[in-house]
Formats: sequence, structure tokens, C-alpha cells
Amino acid sequence: MLTLEALDIVQGDFRLRANWSVRTGERVALIGPSGAGKSTLLSVIAGFFAARSGRVLWDGVDLTGAPPGRRPVAMLFQDGNLFPHLTAGQNVGLGIRPDLRLSPPDRVRVAAALERVGLGGMAERKPASLSGGQQSRVALARVLVQSRPLLLLDEPFSALGPALRAEMLDLVAELCAEKGATLLMVSHAPEDARRIADRIVLVDEGLAEPPVATSEAFANPSEKLRRYLG
Amino acid sequence: MAPRALEITRGWPGRLAALCVAGFLLLPLCAVFWRAGGAGWPGAADWAAVRFTLVQAALSAAISAALAVPVARALARRRFLLRGAYVALMGAPFILPVIVAVMGLVAVFGRGGWVNDLLGMVGLGPVSIYGLHGVVLAHVFFNLPLAVRLILQGWQEIPAERFRLAAQLGAGPAEVRRLLEWPMLKRVLPGVLAVIFAICLTSFAVALTLGGGPKSTTVELAIYQAFRFEFDLGRAAVLSVLQVLMVTGAGLAALWLARGESLGAGLDRGVDRWDARDGWLCFVDAAWLVLAGAFLIGPLAAVAWRGLPGLALMPESVWPAARASVAVALGATGVTIALALSMALARRGWVELVGLAPLAASPLVLGAGLFLLINPFAYPADAALLVTLAVNVVMALPFALRVIAPAVAGVESDFGRLADSLGMRGMARLRWLVLPRIRRPLGFAAGLTAALSMGDLGVIALFADPERATLPLMIFRLIGAYRMEAAAGAALLLLILSFGLFALFDAGGRWRADT
Repeated sequence: MLTLEALDIVQGDFRLRANWSVRTGERVALIGPSGAGKSTLLSVIAGFFAARSGRVLWDGVDLTGAPPGRRPVAMLFQDGNLFPHLTAGQNVGLGIRPDLRLSPPDRVRVAAALERVGLGGMAERKPASLSGGQQSRVALARVLVQSRPLLLLDEPFSALGPALRAEMLDLVAELCAEKGATLLMVSHAPEDARRIADRIVLVDEGLAEPPVATSEAFANPSEKLRRYLG
Repeated sequence: MAPRALEITRGWPGRLAALCVAGFLLLPLCAVFWRAGGAGWPGAADWAAVRFTLVQAALSAAISAALAVPVARALARRRFLLRGAYVALMGAPFILPVIVAVMGLVAVFGRGGWVNDLLGMVGLGPVSIYGLHGVVLAHVFFNLPLAVRLILQGWQEIPAERFRLAAQLGAGPAEVRRLLEWPMLKRVLPGVLAVIFAICLTSFAVALTLGGGPKSTTVELAIYQAFRFEFDLGRAAVLSVLQVLMVTGAGLAALWLARGESLGAGLDRGVDRWDARDGWLCFVDAAWLVLAGAFLIGPLAAVAWRGLPGLALMPESVWPAARASVAVALGATGVTIALALSMALARRGWVELVGLAPLAASPLVLGAGLFLLINPFAYPADAALLVTLAVNVVMALPFALRVIAPAVAGVESDFGRLADSLGMRGMARLRWLVLPRIRRPLGFAAGLTAALSMGDLGVIALFADPERATLPLMIFRLIGAYRMEAAAGAALLLLILSFGLFALFDAGGRWRADT
């Protein structure tokens, strides 16, 4: 279970508070106007940015102060999720060992992960020779071998077209289900949230509200959500 | 995007490197100050050296900048075939060994040179290249291209839209000059003048070869003479203190006035200039470009022309000197790159400041201090090559750091978060992220360092005994022995080795680079 305990994030004039938790295996979408702090909240959970006060806990263990690589977190950013100078296989292998000293069983895992996302036989290709969708798949293959229980998506598919984006979200949902992983994703498109998320969190006016079941939220939107959806 | 508030890398190697560099700069200084303590007040000859140093540096800076303005303007508003090559030529003197350039300048402007031949044909007496005007001529040769690059950068920072707007408003060349160009020059020129002034203050090899005598001795040269001819360590120390005061002041002024100037990338861009289509302006620009090009290429051509027959006349002793120079250059390159890389990775302001500090240091003062430190314990000549290597390292460090640090910062801002989230730290981060992505700047910095070290004629002259020499020092000795053909051959060899090392490292950085 992910718990945000009285988090208070301050960055210049900007302020965001959050105080709620997410059960293991749940898929949660963060929605809200741009600049509200959705990405910043993910940054705090991933360990890139320190909150002024409050704690982030995973299954009761305090993560505050742990470096990003030591958290039970896999994260995909808006862009730059692959190293362009490394092959697809090496990019995936970094999820197993950051120094790329891969044992034969590790290599088998890399190949299997690429196979699983539909890129069998492409391990030697470099990102520049892959399409945008294929690059996203390589990043997801790395998430797969990382085997971290918490997956954070900061709009990694926003550059893809609607059909391809839906395809990627379905793949994410499948992978989360297979691994029992918990998902937190930033979304600008309400249909994405509807497609994949069990619950949504509205981030607006300095507050990340507690998660609400997606169907209920859209069927019966709060005043704030109505204003955001327009 | 959230700022990086959590500490990821500790960067202790970079901080250690910075401490070592600071120690290497300060310890010799302490020795110099301590030795100068009881040595009395500077004499008339010392003040004359100070005066000459300031005068030649001021003249060199003023003339270089004044000539660079029309050349940079021509480059900024003209597009022509080989423009890229011309801009690259402006970078060449930076890695050209001073002694080689001096040989070339003497061949063109010296007593038996091409210019005097021409003057003789029209019945004008020979002009001498030695003394103040020779020193200034050589400094302009080295710094005109630097000034052109810096000023051209200023020109290219004027947005193309402004020229478009000026053309739309019907502005002619005079209005463009007043509205756009003159304000830019007022902003850029003080930095250019300060940088060249500071560089020329520490001039040693030029003054050694073209100056000399009581009327044209720089402080740097006077330190050398106090050592070699009078073995007056006290006087050398007093002169060193004077030099430190001048160089530190000018260096700080240059760093402050020229902040933000890079070594100049992306100068091969052309801007449409509707105001400069006039035929006469085209002619003026072409004339400036041809004159400046001839001024820079002439001496290089002369070195090749006179050097080719000289290659066969080189004494055997040139080869061990060449081997020593290559060994020193490669060693200095390895150490410099290791220092610059670790300091760039530390990503701390004070570390980078220490890395830039040698810009305000004088090699001969450093050498004098090291001599004072070594002398009580060992025979300094035994350490000649090692000291040369170490001084070359610190003198090249600022340039290497200015190339590498922005590249490392760029990699970190593009891929730092991804690497952090994957837990890539220490050697893994270096090997799989940083090194593959900064190969080109790394190769370029290594090439610069190797060429600078290869051509350096500085502390080696202070330390070496007759059995030891680097190639530049060997050339200097051949000139001193009036073996001009052999010197010309050795100068060509040095030119080939310096540019060859640069090209080798630079190409190595580009070879199969993915970025």
C-alpha cells in the first residue's frame, strides 16, 4: 500500500498537499489542470524532489530520503525514457543491473521482456531506428524486468496518436495485472483515465484530493471536477 | 520540472581534484612570496619590464580587436564557399606552437623575409621584426583570430529578426551600424580587450624569441633571465610577485568582463543581410577577408616551404626531443582529461572556479615557485619533464573544463532523472551514460590539451639542462645556434605533430559516436 502522509510540497509560490493512500494493485489516474502539480507529486513519490513535510510510505516503510534508484518505484517520463546511444536490449538490461553486467539468465529475461511487449528480435536495434510506439514498448519492457511494485507514468505516451496511446495503456494495464503492480499515472485526457484507472485523484487548487472510484467520479462529478472537465 | 533537491552524487573525486589543483597553484606562490621576502625592492630594470609588459599587452589587445571588427563583420554578413573552413582557420592559432608561428613570422616579415623582399623591390629599407613591434605582431597573429571568433559570436547573437525588421524599415548600412552593430560591439569589445590583454601579459615564448634586450623584456622573460643568466632567485621571486599582481588583476577582469563567452560553437551559420548588398561593401569585406587570411596562412605556408628541405638537415638530437614532447603531451592529456572530467562531474560552482583559476596564473611564476620548492631536495633539471607536464596540465585545464563541463551538464539535464531512477551511479553511470554521450567534446578537449602541451615553450626553458629538451626548446636552441635550416625542419615536424595529435584525438571522439 502506498501512503502519502500529510505531504506538503512547496516550490516557490507553488504549494500542494496530499493525505491519502492507494491499495496495492490499484490503478489510479491523476487528473487536473496543467500546472496544478501532478508531475511534481510523482517526482516526490519517485524521490526526485523533497517535500517540505510529511512522508511517503510503501507498505509502512518510510521512503523519505531514499534515493530514486532505491525506491520500489519504476517511472516513465514524458520523454527521454531511453538512452539513444544504447541498444533496445541494453536499455532493458539497465532495469536489471544498472552496470549492465548481465548474467546469461538476465539476458534471457531481457529477451523475454522484449518478446512480451511485441519486440522479439529487436534487441540489437537502437532507439533512433525504432518508431515512437516501439520506443514506448522498449521502455515498458524495462519496467517489466525492473519488477518494482509501484509504477509511475508521467504522460510517457502523450506524443503518440490516440489509437497507439490506447494500445499502450492496454498493455500497461495487462502488465500491471500480471505483476500485481500499483499504478499512478498523470493524465490530461479523461478518456485515458476512464480506460485504465480504477480510481482518480483530482489535483487542483493546491490539493491532491483522495482517490474516488472512476465510474462514480464521472457519473457524479464534484463541483471542482465539473469545472475541470468543462 | 522539479529541481533536483535530493543529493544523488557526492562527486568526491572532483572535489579532491580541485583541492590538488588549488594546492599546485598556491604552494609555488607561497614559495615565491617567502623567497621574495628579503630580496629587496624592484629595481629600474624590473620596472622597465613591467612597463614593457603593459605597453605590449595593451597595444596587442587594441590592434587585434580593431582589426578583428571588420573581419568579423565580413564573416557575419557574407556567405561564401569555404566559409566554414575560414572560421576553422580562426581556431588554428590556438593550438599552433608559438615557436612555429615565430619561425613563420620571421620568414614572412624578418630581415630576409618575403615582405622585406617586396619592400626592397620598391626601394624601401628592410624593417626588423625584433623588439616591440615584433612582439606585438606575433601577439596580433595569435589573438586576431580569437578576437574574430569572439566578436563574430556577438554578431551572431543579434537575432536574424532584427536585421529583417531593419530591412523592412529601409535601414541602410549606417543605420544598421548605429542601431544593431554598435550596441553589440560596446557590449562585447571590453571582454575581448581584457581577455587578449591578460593573455599577452604572460607571454613568454614570443618575448623570448622576438623580444629580449633591456628595452623589450616582458616580466615573464625577466623571470627566466634572472634564473638562467644571473641565478638570482631573489630577483626572480620579486619579479614573480609583480607578475602575480598584474596577471591576477587582469585575469579576474577578463573572467568578469568576458563571462559567458564560449570557445565558439555554431559560428558556421549565415544570416540574410539586406543592408549589405552594395557592391562596394562586398569589395571591402572581401578585401578584409583576403588580407586577414593571408596574414594567418602566410607564416604557416612559410613554415612548410622552408621546413621541407630542412627535414633532412635535422640533427639526431631532434628525435629524442620529439619523443619527450610526445610523451609529455600524452601524459598531460591523460591527467588533464581525468581532472576535467572528475571536476565536471562534481558539478559544484567552487570546483569549476578552481578549474578556471589557472587562466589567471603565470606559467613562469609557477615554474619559479616549483624550482624553489624542488631545489633544496633534488637537482631541478631531473624533474624538468615532469614539471613541464604538470604545468601543462594546469594551464590546459580551464580550456578542457570549459569544453567538458557544459557537455556533462547537458547529459545530466537530459538523462539524469532516468539514470537516477534506474539507480545508475558511480562507474556504471560514467561508463554507460556520461562517456558515450560526451565523446565528441571529450575528444576535442583531449586534442586541445595534447596540442597545447606539445607546443609549449615555457617552464621547460627554466628547468632543462643541455641534455634535456622538448621539441620546442630544441628548435629554440637550433635558432640560437643559427642553424636556421635545421630549425625550420624541426618546426615543420613540430607543426605536424601538434596538429596531428589534435586531429587524432578529435577524430577519435567523433569516430562512430552516436550522438
